[in-house]
Amino acid sequence: MNLDIALLLTQDGLTNGAIYALLALALVLVFAVTRVIFVPQGEFVSYGALTLASLQLGKVPGTAWLLVGAGGVIVLLDGIIAVRERRLHRLPRVLLENLVFPVALLGLSGWLAPQKPALWIQVALALALVVPLGPMLYRLAFQPLQNASVLVLLIVAVAVHFALTGLGLVFFGAEGSRTPAFSDARFEVGAMSVSGQSLFVIGASVALIVALYLFFEKTVYGKSLRATAVNRLGARLVGISATLAGRLTFTLAAAIGAVSGILVAPITTIYYDSGFLIGLKGFVAAIIGGLVSYPLAALGAVLVGLLESFSSFWASAFKEVIVFTLIIPVLLWRSLRTHHLEEEDERE
Amino acid sequence: MTTDRSAGAAAVALALEVTDLSVAYGKVEALHHVNLKVPSGSIVTVIGPNGAGKTTMLNAVMGLLPARGEVRYEGVSITHTEVEARVAHGLCLVPERRELFAEMTVADNLTLGAFPRHRRRERGIPDDLDAVYARFPRLRERREQLAGTLSGGERQMLALGRALMARPRVLMLDEPSLGLAPLIVREIFRIVADLRRSGVSILLVEQNARAALQVADYGYVLETGEIVLEGPAQALATDPKVVETYLGFSGKTAV
Amino acid sequence: MSRARCLLFVFLTALVLGPAFLPEFYVTLLNYIGLYSLVALGLVLLTGVGGLTSFGQAAFVGLGAYTTAYLSTAFGLSPWLALFVGFALTGTVALFLGAITLRLSGHYLPLGTIAWGISLYYLFGNLQFLGGQTGMTGVPGLSIFGLALDTGRKVYYLIWVLVIAALYSIQNLLNSRPGRAIRSLRGGGVMAESFGVDTAWLKIVIFVYAALLASLSGWLYAHLLRFVNPTPFSLNIGIEYLFMVVIGGARFVWGAIVGAGLLTILKEWLQSLLPKIIGQAGEFEAIVLGILLVLLLQRAREGLMPFFQHWLPPARWVEAPQSAPALPQRERPKAGERILEVRAVRKQFGGLIAVNDLSFEMSSGEILGLIGPNGAGKSTMFNLITGVLPLSGGEIHFRGERIDRLPSRRIGRRGIARTFQHVHIRTTMTVVENVAIGAHLRGHKGVVAAALHRERAEEATLLHEARRQLERVGLGEHLYEQAGSLALGQQRILEIARALCADPVLLLLDEPAAGLRLREKQALAELLRRLKGEGMSVLLVEHDMDFVMNLVDRLVVMDFGERIATGLPREIQTHPAVLEAYLGGVE
Repeated sequence: MNLDIALLLTQDGLTNGAIYALLALALVLVFAVTRVIFVPQGEFVSYGALTLASLQLGKVPGTAWLLVGAGGVIVLLDGIIAVRERRLHRLPRVLLENLVFPVALLGLSGWLAPQKPALWIQVALALALVVPLGPMLYRLAFQPLQNASVLVLLIVAVAVHFALTGLGLVFFGAEGSRTPAFSDARFEVGAMSVSGQSLFVIGASVALIVALYLFFEKTVYGKSLRATAVNRLGARLVGISATLAGRLTFTLAAAIGAVSGILVAPITTIYYDSGFLIGLKGFVAAIIGGLVSYPLAALGAVLVGLLESFSSFWASAFKEVIVFTLIIPVLLWRSLRTHHLEEEDERE
Repeated sequence: MTTDRSAGAAAVALALEVTDLSVAYGKVEALHHVNLKVPSGSIVTVIGPNGAGKTTMLNAVMGLLPARGEVRYEGVSITHTEVEARVAHGLCLVPERRELFAEMTVADNLTLGAFPRHRRRERGIPDDLDAVYARFPRLRERREQLAGTLSGGERQMLALGRALMARPRVLMLDEPSLGLAPLIVREIFRIVADLRRSGVSILLVEQNARAALQVADYGYVLETGEIVLEGPAQALATDPKVVETYLGFSGKTAV
Repeated sequence: MSRARCLLFVFLTALVLGPAFLPEFYVTLLNYIGLYSLVALGLVLLTGVGGLTSFGQAAFVGLGAYTTAYLSTAFGLSPWLALFVGFALTGTVALFLGAITLRLSGHYLPLGTIAWGISLYYLFGNLQFLGGQTGMTGVPGLSIFGLALDTGRKVYYLIWVLVIAALYSIQNLLNSRPGRAIRSLRGGGVMAESFGVDTAWLKIVIFVYAALLASLSGWLYAHLLRFVNPTPFSLNIGIEYLFMVVIGGARFVWGAIVGAGLLTILKEWLQSLLPKIIGQAGEFEAIVLGILLVLLLQRAREGLMPFFQHWLPPARWVEAPQSAPALPQRERPKAGERILEVRAVRKQFGGLIAVNDLSFEMSSGEILGLIGPNGAGKSTMFNLITGVLPLSGGEIHFRGERIDRLPSRRIGRRGIARTFQHVHIRTTMTVVENVAIGAHLRGHKGVVAAALHRERAEEATLLHEARRQLERVGLGEHLYEQAGSLALGQQRILEIARALCADPVLLLLDEPAAGLRLREKQALAELLRRLKGEGMSVLLVEHDMDFVMNLVDRLVVMDFGERIATGLPREIQTHPAVLEAYLGGVE
């Protein structure tokens, strides 16, 4: 291994690490606020990438249909509840958010997609299509389980992952996609050859992380999410409902996932089931942060990225084995440090 | 439930009315048919020994526990309203464990207290923050400190301040003296008495009967889930039956 | 014959006759269901009963399959020998992984299982000597005593004999002394530890057992299909195993077979029929399965078995005999001997001092009450005495021996038994079984004896003792009812019976009267007086003053973690410091 290769590997590792850092942020956020270990985070990544890829090919992405379908189910469920509780004044908003909006998006996609508009429009549309999936998923799968144990929520999350992967196959087909790079530039910095694409990915990730940091520190809604994570009961007592916090969190998670997917799409070929592994690596990072500490998770993400990069050079077949075996000592270390309250376990 | 913020609401005689409230934990009836009233602008206290069900009662009125019976807030039934909606309407609880956001600053805790008002994009929130700081100067000194690092008395003040940020019309306090040294307890109760002047109706639950009865207008005594005694606070303060309830002179389980 | 036995008979008959009448396709399906059932049975024990969620069982199936495939192709080893090598290998790996991951508390455990589930899968696919992604072919078939099991129909019998045997062994295990201990693992195991159960070791035992069952399934799989590749051992399949158990009903042994059967049939139907209907190939079973699981967990978390149970009342598994050899009893201390000494005990949680230099003593045969206002530190004191929490300072002596550095289960062994502030009983176990947990340390038979049903004699003595204690406390009429159906007062008395089963010298009762009605409190007070009359020492924490004042011999009053008064009830009721602590002294 000479310096050139090492630098190249480091660059790769950092680029991937940036993506894992984004995903780790989403995972830590979702867990802290809703206690859901959000296994399907990876599906937002693949959906984001594949939606963009569809648009690039001039096709209407299947995601638009998924939105309409899921929205329809929500309208049905919430509609029945509204009628039963005689709160009909809620109906207009439910219809607007879950039927009118998705159908409008479908129409928009149908009109825009064949025109193959500029990249940034495609990116915006891809985001618009994937982000609403977040709160919809929360409503359908997790809202009825607000008081369930972390374990039950985990199993539900795994089930959602299953369903989304299967749906991904239906909507996007079995072939992989790779979108064109955002930047073909290459810079010579001293001995290193730095690709513009890598800089773009790292830059975008950092920007997003900073933006989220400001959101959590400075805005009331951001603080309300932190409050829910710190003390759920206290949050309720100041009027922050679990539903509000959940929807907002899942929206952010979907946004982060979609952005990650769009960033990663030019770098690797994404298949309908690639998201899972990418998400899991974000997991390893999140667990290094104990699912609660973000700075540690970000550091962990860089570590995972570098580890993966260097192991793919030295022992490429065992790259995954190495990365995932890493989780175990980390889990052990984490578990010894935090003393879980046993009230979490089901009482019989 | 529509919120009536007009002058008409202020004319409602009873800020809070609890009728026939019963709470069961599985097989245990923690509260049996409790009736109480909080007239507008007054301080009502519920005292009683430990395990009597005082915290259960407040949690049920707040909507944190499923309960049978009815709760009316400013004349309107809120029995089927969610906790967060009750807060938004002006019914606030300062719970026994304070439930502060320990890892956030004092300032953030207070800001979040006004969350429903932020959602409604109301104005005047920064002014209210100043008013709270004026009432609790120690909080102003520590406003960038994390809530978890405050002393017991300061935490209680922060909890009170946070509740006040929502501009509640009925404030419920669960054992504000818990774990506090006598000097701080005195200060807290002075503040509670003062709150009445700003038009807030207060339902105060306390184990420290003497302090509570000194500051309240009317009192109820709760024992094993039932109201066993009630009356004007001054009368209760000198009633020997109260002492019996606390220290078991009544000999009910003598065999 | 009861309905349950009838159904069992029908099921077994159908099982035996099936291959004779069913076409090949269905026999193959049943073979798969059998293979999955083996893994699912292990999961029922591990996850459903033991509360340890594992997504990684497929990796153990792979270990069993690859071991036998490799040994029988590369070395020509007999498959039966390879089976035992596989067991040895799987057992070792399981011990190692278990020692690490079972320490993981709460939700870290399933994450750990995902980790090694993935690692092992990628290992299988990347080791060249295992054939990499293509796997190994040419795995020989099985033969028993010269009879070659060369068709699916013949292997079917072997598979299902093993499934029934495994089911039977787990059923036996759960209805035994170690079984009751396993059923107490959920919810933190504090109660189990207080009665002497080594929860850490027990968790490893069930983990290894589940791994061995999975390994067995892998072995059968390899010799049925005659080839092995990594695909069936992926994390996704590991997830499906867990889904099977959730669908069937994680807590029910038969749930494993129900779940395995349903999921397999569902997958088969979806894979073959749906594409024809929809006109497109796809992984529809994943979608349907995912949505089904979400709905199930939202609406019917206990799975499908409870619906069947409604229809079929469960058979009674335990019988507490009216007479059996009595268990040896501990030597009682002399009346008046000092049995408990708390010396300057301190407990600090970070900056908060919960117990501050507290000292008191207790003599044999007395009822001592520990009282104080809310937050005084009484429950903390209890947890310090019983070893649930470590001390920050001071010492605790029991019968002359220092106990403050011992874990709860050693303290339990020395003759201290306790009840809990929030009743810790298994609501789905019968009353007599719940109480029998108390006698855990008075029995010795282990897991293997239990699985083989060879501990019946000892079991009879333990159950008889439980019955005896229940009759002593007045619950003799309720032996076989589900503990969850008792009133709270009765449940509290059940806890006392359970504590008595441990043959204690000192009973620690944590708020025994909380939530009780008047009559129940009177009954409880009478029971305690009777026990005192028989020489028992009782330390109780209580809030109910009426109850306490008429019952105890002496009182220790705490406030802010310190002792503020000791003495007789009458003295305490007029003690100025006590009055101030309770009623408040603010001007």
